[in-house]
Amino acid sequence: MATVAPILAVTGNEAVAEAMRQINPDVVAAYPITPATEIVQIFAQYVADGKVDTEFVTVESEHSAMSAVIGSAAGGARTMTATSSQGLALMWELLHVASGYRLPIVMANVNRALSGPINIHCDHSDSMGARDTGWIQLYGEAHQEAYDNHLMAVRIAEHPEIRTPVMTMYDGFIVSGAIGPLQELETEQVQEFIGPFQSINPLLDTEHPVTVGPFDGLHGWFFEHKAGQQLAMDRALKVVDEIDREYAELSGRRYDLLDPYRMNDAEVAIVVIGSTAGATRMVVDDLRARGVKAGMIRVRLFRPFPYVEYAKALSGCKVVGVLDRAESFGAQGGPLFLEVRAALYDCDPRPKVLPFIYGLGGRDIFPANIDEAFAALRKAASAKKVDTKRRYLNLRKDEV
Amino acid sequence: MKTASQTKHPAAQVMTEIRWHGRGGQGAVTAAKMVAEVALGQQKHFQAFPEYGPERSGAPIVAFTRISDEPIQIFSGVEHPQIVAVLDPTLLSIIDVTKGALDDAVVLINSDLPPARLREKYKMQGRRLYTVAATKIAVETIGRSIPNTPMVGALVRITGLFPLESVVEFMRAEFGKKFPPKVVEGNVAALTRAYEEVQGE
Repeated sequence: MATVAPILAVTGNEAVAEAMRQINPDVVAAYPITPATEIVQIFAQYVADGKVDTEFVTVESEHSAMSAVIGSAAGGARTMTATSSQGLALMWELLHVASGYRLPIVMANVNRALSGPINIHCDHSDSMGARDTGWIQLYGEAHQEAYDNHLMAVRIAEHPEIRTPVMTMYDGFIVSGAIGPLQELETEQVQEFIGPFQSINPLLDTEHPVTVGPFDGLHGWFFEHKAGQQLAMDRALKVVDEIDREYAELSGRRYDLLDPYRMNDAEVAIVVIGSTAGATRMVVDDLRARGVKAGMIRVRLFRPFPYVEYAKALSGCKVVGVLDRAESFGAQGGPLFLEVRAALYDCDPRPKVLPFIYGLGGRDIFPANIDEAFAALRKAASAKKVDTKRRYLNLRKDEV
Repeated sequence: MKTASQTKHPAAQVMTEIRWHGRGGQGAVTAAKMVAEVALGQQKHFQAFPEYGPERSGAPIVAFTRISDEPIQIFSGVEHPQIVAVLDPTLLSIIDVTKGALDDAVVLINSDLPPARLREKYKMQGRRLYTVAATKIAVETIGRSIPNTPMVGALVRITGLFPLESVVEFMRAEFGKKFPPKVVEGNVAALTRAYEEVQGE
């Protein structure tokens, strides 16, 4: 039964801190970094005010934060952290350890560009760089979804068939620092939804001693462990969908593995991540009003990437434009482009797929820029030969 | 000064967009948020955000508010505001506060001067200019030179966005949680006085 909660005016970070309060994790270890700082700052206040029972561990770096989180999760505690950009980069080697040990950690990564040059604003290069670390990745569009994703992430990470860490993303500053609407669940509903933490082979169960982190070399099972991680990713597609359905029953909000908009008869479509989807949807409406069969898919789950669903949703298009807010230097296009293009390879007929790069280092993107992208797609739809080189949106071309 | 006609993208036409100019410490961001929260109380959709940059006291600050009858999906910056509110008149000589503003935009400036004099002094063209002595009102009612509350009062008057009572109600409820009654009533007085004293052309 869906509930009608009052609408609150909060920042994206406040929404996630609120989700963490309602989750009431056993342990949070974190190090502050813009723009994720506010989450941890608010949460530390909850700890100080006794609003949560969490053991809050202050550390001297993100490397230590992820190390502490790994120790805590291996010990048998429901564990969370939050970071951005350089912080995520500093966690790097431990990200692989967390997923390799199958620890159900949940982490908010508030998307921010990586230096250099130094920049604190939004792009997706931090989490896109971490796409092969073995973490499940969920991207939200705005405040409500940042909150909802964080609650669902607990269930996904801890699911007995998955046991894989989850990072939830939303756009730094654009969402994290803006005031927008949020409807919360009741804390009791959240607690009932996530249920008690079920630890598997916890280090602190001294009656049943286990070792975590021994050498797993040539004569060990390293390869099998990696294949096992991939099996968990495969299973995650179904499990995420089930948890999403269950959450929809509770909240009235159904998200799905991907978020299509006016795709039924679309001839040209854009695939995009995060807060840019809203402006894209408005442009799609405007184009539709002018008789253009335009559509959009917003990415939710990027790891695992639901490639079968993308092929199905996009197979009827003539041309698909993929908007990446991250670079993969030297590749044919950005990370999302490569996924979408690979997903469409087996389609017959096969849509053309064009790479667009936008918004690096927080460069704004306006409806007129999205118009430009759609114009390029429409031109490609009727062209015999199409140039598939990167197209940049809102780039000061004379400055490159 | 830009004289080319400013038009909104069709996708942005359904909403009211406000741009706030101030200096760090004058409460421009708080004003942007306050108007968004009042909009929420009026069952409208809202969004408020600062333009992120150096967050130093005294540095020029820009913030935005969007209000709409429809859910707000767009997160792009505000290109063509209908309303521009300038909390610090010294900004007029260093930045073009009307940049991108619609031709019929309302421009509200914190100044002791009447609009015609201000126009002359800063060679401002076009748009609809209003002034209110927000700093003076703030000092006399709240006892601090933070002009954001009176600016909101004047803005409500000239735009008719919400009834004044709805802002007073919001202030008593929300400020009442954080501040003593004397401060709350000082803000209510600032709001009401600016509502009455704002001058048009």
